[in-house]
Amino acid sequence: MPHQINIFIENRPGRLRSITEILTEAKVNIRAFTIQDRGDFGLIKLIVDKPKQGQLALADRQFACALKDVLAVSIPDRPGNLHKLTSVFFEHNINIVDAYGFVLEPNKEGVCCIEFENAEDLERCKALVVKEGFKVLEDEELYEF
Amino acid sequence: MDEIRYWNKERETMDRDARRALQLELLRQTVGSALKTQFYRRRLEKAGIHSLDDVRSLDDLKRVPFTTKDDLRENYPRGLLAADPTEVVRIHTSSGTTGTPTVIYHTQEDLNSWTELVARSIVATGAGPGDVFQNMMTYGMFTGGLGLHYGAERVGLTVIPVGGGNTKRQIQLMKDFRTTVLHVTPSYCLHVHTKLDEAGVTRGELALRKAYMGAEPHSENTRLKVEELYGIDVYNSYGLSEMNGPGVAFECVYKNGMHAWEDAYVLEIIDPATGENLGDEQEGEVVFTTLQRKATPLLRYRTRDLASVFGGECPCGRTCRRLSRITGRSDDMLIVGGVNVFPSQIEEVVMRIPEVGTNYQIRLTKEGSLDRLTVQVEIYSKMFSGNVRQLDALRNRIKEELKASIIINPAVELHEPGSLPVYEGKAKRVVDERPKL
Repeated sequence: MPHQINIFIENRPGRLRSITEILTEAKVNIRAFTIQDRGDFGLIKLIVDKPKQGQLALADRQFACALKDVLAVSIPDRPGNLHKLTSVFFEHNINIVDAYGFVLEPNKEGVCCIEFENAEDLERCKALVVKEGFKVLEDEELYEF
Repeated sequence: MDEIRYWNKERETMDRDARRALQLELLRQTVGSALKTQFYRRRLEKAGIHSLDDVRSLDDLKRVPFTTKDDLRENYPRGLLAADPTEVVRIHTSSGTTGTPTVIYHTQEDLNSWTELVARSIVATGAGPGDVFQNMMTYGMFTGGLGLHYGAERVGLTVIPVGGGNTKRQIQLMKDFRTTVLHVTPSYCLHVHTKLDEAGVTRGELALRKAYMGAEPHSENTRLKVEELYGIDVYNSYGLSEMNGPGVAFECVYKNGMHAWEDAYVLEIIDPATGENLGDEQEGEVVFTTLQRKATPLLRYRTRDLASVFGGECPCGRTCRRLSRITGRSDDMLIVGGVNVFPSQIEEVVMRIPEVGTNYQIRLTKEGSLDRLTVQVEIYSKMFSGNVRQLDALRNRIKEELKASIIINPAVELHEPGSLPVYEGKAKRVVDERPKL
């Protein structure tokens, strides 16, 4: 299962920069990122080419960070396909913690990264989306696209 | 100025020698009560006092070691109870310096004596029947509310027991019932004034003429400011739960220092470092011995409040010495919105939570005229799971546990590991940015 790095950061100028600086020094490439905002703090979530190295580089500099399993679903970049995916969650009454998407190749392929409450939900959902005909990206497919 | 009236003229104006004789008599009774507790019996016997007959002069009191808040804490809950439990009619606990609280028991007689002291304090300010008294201090375990309440009823004021908070309602009550006397903390008094406009109430619609300000040390300038804003007379009030509560020392109509009721308390000022007694007009730590309490007699209790005492004639005719404004503390206790908070209480809560790192800071600021306490903690990296819900839950847990421990509602900020200032040597955990009242 692919990993994203979740990092606790305070909401003030310069905090994102310190993260990009560390990852630059560690020669870790950021493929995608999103921020979950909580007012005076937030979580920055990163998909990188080398998650373990990225996490170690950040932890070395005292950041509170953790690797989290995500379900990365490949979605054909056409109207209605994300709806088809969210309908799977709805029909099986699955609640997700957080999700974000980005385009891999315009008009061809996008990806939706989903975080779940626990590993069971993730596995269950993975089986369901595969059954519905979606392609689930494994580690290298996501890191090296 | 209001005419000078007394509630208990004999006690309030008795000459000094007569008072000293009375103090000795009451001290002997107090020592007699104290000897009923194992704690004091050990201490007093060590000091050569085996029965009340060993107390022959007030100077004998100086042989007794000081009682501290830690002593109260260590003897919680029943170690200092000197009366038969069936005689106890009220319990007041207050937060200790750490998780263990302290307790003061009262018999009916104890409550009566407290009420009498508050009654004479109220009369000393010129208030009486016909006045409407809005008690804006918190009721419950905090002694500020109940203490003034019973005294005001005894004098015959009309009491509105509204308690603290809910500013809109406070203003409505002031207007509807023509309140004349307030009992309030200085910061809340200033806050209420800023809300009068919002409530659409003009000063002319209010009948206020006096306010008793206590629970927070404040300066003469704050008094003048409140007096000018409201156009009222403001009287300084002093008390602490260990000495019943309010009504230990109170200003009279001359507002020139608080008359300490020395027939109820032996008042000493000591050097907080050496414990040596200091003379009048020398600033030091205030120490009290109860003279009229059966259930929890306390001998030479160190208040940690810094002030001085002065004699001299007061034009009101009261002969007890007067206590100056409280200028500070000889410990690190914080007063936040009238509530006493020890940094150690906060540390205890914060440090038992595994997701919190070793560094934290306590910040005190003002929001308008109200105090705000913010506890800043660092996240402990190793315990971080990567979930935002863990962080939300952590913040709530710290908030709830602090609220349970220190009674007030703190703001909690989560910070990155290593982001709070680190100090060489002794950490400076408290940053007080409040302008001095």
